[in-house]
Amino acid sequence: MNHTLPKNRSLFDRAIVGPALKAAVLKFDPRLQVRNPVMFVVFVGAIFTTGLWLHALIAGGETSPNFSLAIAGWLWLTLLFANFAEAMAEGRGKAQADTLRQSRRDVQAVKLSSAQRTSKQTTVAASALRKGDYILVSAGETIAGDGDVIEGVAAVDESAITGESAPVIRESGGDRSAVTGGTRVLSDWLVVQISANPGETFLDRMIAMVEGAKRQKTPNEIALNILLTALTIIFLMATATLLPFSIYSVSAVKALDPSSQALPITVTALVALLVCLIPTTIGGLLSAIGIAGMDRMIQANVIAMSGRAVEAAGDVDVLLLDKTGTITLGNRQATNFLPAAGVDIRELADAAQLASLADETPEGRSIVLLANEHYQIGERQAAGLDAEFVAFTAQTRMSGINIGGRQIRKGAVDAIERYLREQQSVLPSDVRANVETIARAGGTPLVVADGKRALGVIQLKDIVKGGMKERFGELRRMGIKTVMITGDNPLTAAAIAAEAGVDDFLAEATPEAKLSLIREYQAGGRLVAMTGDGTNDAPALAQADVAMAMNTGTNAAKEAGNMVDLDSNPTKLIEVVEIGKQLLMTRGALTTFSIANDIAKYFAIIPAAFASTYPVLNKLNIMGLASPESAIISAVIFNALIIVFLIPLALRGVRYRAVAAAQALRSNLLIYGLGGLIVPFIGIKLIDLLLVGLGLV
Amino acid sequence: MISNIIIQIGSFLLVLLACVIPLGRYMAKVYGETPPMQRVFGPIERLIYRLLGIDAKTEMNWKHYAVALLGFNGLGLLLLYGLQRIQAWLPLNPQQLPAISADSAFNTAASFVSNTNWQGYAGETTMSYLTQMLGLTVQNFVSAATGMAVLIGLIRGITRRSSSTIGNFWVDLTRSTLYILLPLALVLSLVLVSQGVVQSFNPSQTVELLQPIVNADGQTISQQTIALGPAASQIAIKQLGTNGGGFFNVNSAHPLENPTPLSNLFELLSIVVIPAALCYTFGIMVGDKRQGWAILATMTIILLGFTALAVGAEQAGNPLYQKLGVDDQASTLQAGGNMEGKETRFGIVNSALWATVTTAASNGSVNSMHDSYTPLGGLAPMVLMQLGEVIFGGVGSGLYGMLIFAIITVFVAGLMVGRTPEYLGKKIEAFEMKMAALIILIPCVTTLLITAIAVSSDAGKATVFNSGAHGFSEVLYAATSAANNNGSAFAGLGANTPFYNTWLGIAMLVSRFWLIIPTLAIAGGLANKKLIPQSAGTLPTHTPLFVGLLIGVVLIVGALTFIPALALGPIVEHLLMSL
Repeated sequence: MNHTLPKNRSLFDRAIVGPALKAAVLKFDPRLQVRNPVMFVVFVGAIFTTGLWLHALIAGGETSPNFSLAIAGWLWLTLLFANFAEAMAEGRGKAQADTLRQSRRDVQAVKLSSAQRTSKQTTVAASALRKGDYILVSAGETIAGDGDVIEGVAAVDESAITGESAPVIRESGGDRSAVTGGTRVLSDWLVVQISANPGETFLDRMIAMVEGAKRQKTPNEIALNILLTALTIIFLMATATLLPFSIYSVSAVKALDPSSQALPITVTALVALLVCLIPTTIGGLLSAIGIAGMDRMIQANVIAMSGRAVEAAGDVDVLLLDKTGTITLGNRQATNFLPAAGVDIRELADAAQLASLADETPEGRSIVLLANEHYQIGERQAAGLDAEFVAFTAQTRMSGINIGGRQIRKGAVDAIERYLREQQSVLPSDVRANVETIARAGGTPLVVADGKRALGVIQLKDIVKGGMKERFGELRRMGIKTVMITGDNPLTAAAIAAEAGVDDFLAEATPEAKLSLIREYQAGGRLVAMTGDGTNDAPALAQADVAMAMNTGTNAAKEAGNMVDLDSNPTKLIEVVEIGKQLLMTRGALTTFSIANDIAKYFAIIPAAFASTYPVLNKLNIMGLASPESAIISAVIFNALIIVFLIPLALRGVRYRAVAAAQALRSNLLIYGLGGLIVPFIGIKLIDLLLVGLGLV
Repeated sequence: MISNIIIQIGSFLLVLLACVIPLGRYMAKVYGETPPMQRVFGPIERLIYRLLGIDAKTEMNWKHYAVALLGFNGLGLLLLYGLQRIQAWLPLNPQQLPAISADSAFNTAASFVSNTNWQGYAGETTMSYLTQMLGLTVQNFVSAATGMAVLIGLIRGITRRSSSTIGNFWVDLTRSTLYILLPLALVLSLVLVSQGVVQSFNPSQTVELLQPIVNADGQTISQQTIALGPAASQIAIKQLGTNGGGFFNVNSAHPLENPTPLSNLFELLSIVVIPAALCYTFGIMVGDKRQGWAILATMTIILLGFTALAVGAEQAGNPLYQKLGVDDQASTLQAGGNMEGKETRFGIVNSALWATVTTAASNGSVNSMHDSYTPLGGLAPMVLMQLGEVIFGGVGSGLYGMLIFAIITVFVAGLMVGRTPEYLGKKIEAFEMKMAALIILIPCVTTLLITAIAVSSDAGKATVFNSGAHGFSEVLYAATSAANNNGSAFAGLGANTPFYNTWLGIAMLVSRFWLIIPTLAIAGGLANKKLIPQSAGTLPTHTPLFVGLLIGVVLIVGALTFIPALALGPIVEHLLMSL
């Protein structure tokens, strides 16, 4: 049962388009339509013009039946396209949810009467498990629900959730104790205490989120909807009052020239004008943009627990980043050897390598490699040497090797000092000076001693991940402040912060210090984002505006956060911010585009609508549209088709670059504002030419 | 010709800009902790508070502020209505003018309380001196002061953080009147008197004509009645308070209301000086003067654009004349242009400039007859009003209207930079958008509805004096003027009928107070919020780009709403005329 989550689906995946078309038709349900005020106006207009068509067909109406049929037909298509956009966005989530749902099949669980593995066992369905129950999961079995490991260590395959096929270790205690329902134990066994009732599990919430089943409008979406509704009301008034204006104008014209053929504007033309003017482009794509934003999070393997969190991510102005794993590689590495006075550097390198041969920690490996690379001290095989290895213990806090009568040790400075004292020797002052220099520069010094002689110091350093400095620079240009959180002392922290290029740091961080730092920023009006995985991170995660918990973290951390990173990669917080910004930008860009479109539509429809009253208004027909009918139909067709053309943009989001606000505004305004002015002139003209060419008008 | 235009408009702009900084700074101090000129005004201010039992230290939340404002204006409405109804029995009525009809009194009361100063009546033959002074002039002051109070409330809402209050309405009202409007009006009245504007309690004078004339009925007319009255004092505040209601019927075209080109310049300046300076005051109060300059630049650019349109259209003259072989072009022998309805002492440029300034600012006083303008020349003032009276606009109300447009602009533009929108450190959320939407919506909807009612009812059509598209323009202009609290009249429409008095009266009250309440609600909402610090990710709202965007939003919202109606009025009239 190894189904990994498909990532990077192509935009118009056949598996999504088919069901989306079906869903688009089902969305004609008036109860769904009424939830979107802009599109509901189109809905009513479509019904109305359909009625006018039937009336024209049966009893003869104000326009030819063909004209009202064309308008009615294209209004229905406008709605269908908007429905389709939403269904497409939802469809991508649904496909994801179906995959997830397969891992939720009802499994049997071995329920224990108490926390002991040996206690009484009963077999129950997973759906019967409640919070606080204990279960035993053995190798090959699927874990029946979310919970914490109480006893045991096991390799767990979490690919169903994370898409990552390498198994992870889960064990009781510490920050690796959380297990997720639907994942599979590969080896050994676990006693798990269930932490969520059926229907409330992580998997359930994830399915609900990706499906958009519980989707609520986000605050900014609500505000934008208000603006769009207000515009719709204005245009409704502008078009509704046009009928009395037109009747008055006709009587005024006829008073002057009784032979005039003037007729008032037709209701069909009014409905067409209304639908063209109201912001249908953004109105039709708004919910698709929101769903697609969530979807992009899922593509990035981040599950946001609410749309609100995605939106807040765009607003974040402070990022709290854990040093280890986010800014630096998880482990320190040896970067330099500093010999004591009178000691050859090769001797130090040689001794350091010997002392580290049996040291399998990444630090130890890096010492061996450094000696090899820089001083060509060939890597010796520990097994082939006639030597006794001294392992690191918490008591001695040294490791080393006894070889050919030499006793080589490496360790922290205080440990080696104690060792030298036992040998009736002391640490030379120049070595001590080197130790201090290294510590001040943010490194970790290890001293190497050979018997009574202190040979020198190995400099271990935190290695800042590649590209981070540039990344932080980008964030700074976007107005986002980065703060490094570390348990190191302020001196070390300052050095690493400077090297990584973060704006600030919190040294000797405790969970309390983290929490108060977040509160401090928030009191200053800033929005704070952070990542965390441990139980002690939970209060800070709950306080932060955007809190990304690691999937490997504890259930407490996942509960407290408002998003979970399935890859457990803290660096992804930056990506999350970008997705949030892109979501907001897409909304703004399409709103601007939609409103800018109206100018051209006026030039198409106004001369056409009053052609019989004031033929002179044809001077405003700057596009040279063939006839009043073709002008109105072309505008309506353009209005419908533009929704389809913009679906990819709505789903993918507008192009995002890390630039300052002023620059982002300028380029987006140029593309979507100016583009929105010009594109409809061209589009409407082309459609008009096509209609004429096909002999349809 | 071009240089003449540039000199006339340029000198007006220069003097205006020169006044902006000192007056703006002075006004910022007036609304601060320690108002200036305490020796003069302090005792009077404290006396007012003591007499009225006002605790100047009490802060109000937006609802209390709104209630106080509505109560005060409601009372003003009743008093002004009553005064007109019983003026026949009150003193200072040398002409023995009768009481005013109910509908006209309602219309005038609504008009002056709402700072619209639409006049359905002819001043000198309708209103007694007492009504003009105690009723109209008082409202000229306090309706202006009301607008300034609302603005200051909104600015406090923007600058305060996590606060539930936005100031004290009584204090803001008193200070606006006492420290700003009264002294300026006093100075301006004296200047106007020096130019020959009348200020007198004498009844109208009858004089012998130097050259008797024979009228159409063959009667010889040898006498003329010259209306007098305490005009200068009312004209000063009529201009300064963006009221616009003239003492005489023809307003500032009247030789005793606006006698010289110099008086014209002063009256013109005083229309926009407070609205312009308030932009600077705003900049000081929000702690970033660039914000004020950006708003002022926005207003100035839009005004100049429409002034250019109006001056250009008027100077170009009338193509119908040209077809008849009449030379109306500028040349060394004549100034040329469409001089119908304009005073020769002002000429094309100062008439067209006044027309655009008075409609950009919500003043509405005229020094020429807009009905006689060319279609495009008449379109400029109409569109300036339809933009919602935010290009300078009413004192206070113009700037708070423009700030609402800025909030809408920030909303759309802010999204485009990838953040939820904020203006001057305050997040713009659903509540603010709801209120801002109402503010944009109400004048548009009112204008369109009143026009629609007028052109579909017999009562409305009965007093449209012109035929065709021009008649439609006249109705649209009147509805626009009332529903945007301007008060400018196009003329050509008999508006002193029960129909227009009632509908336009309602429109004026709705547009004034239904905009003030949501504005105060926004002030209250913003005051409650935290202040978000500026960063590179924040949309800058002082740059030329933002100014351009704000201009775009103001024009597009206005244009999109009114283009269909304008197409049936001035636009088609223009196209027909140039056939």
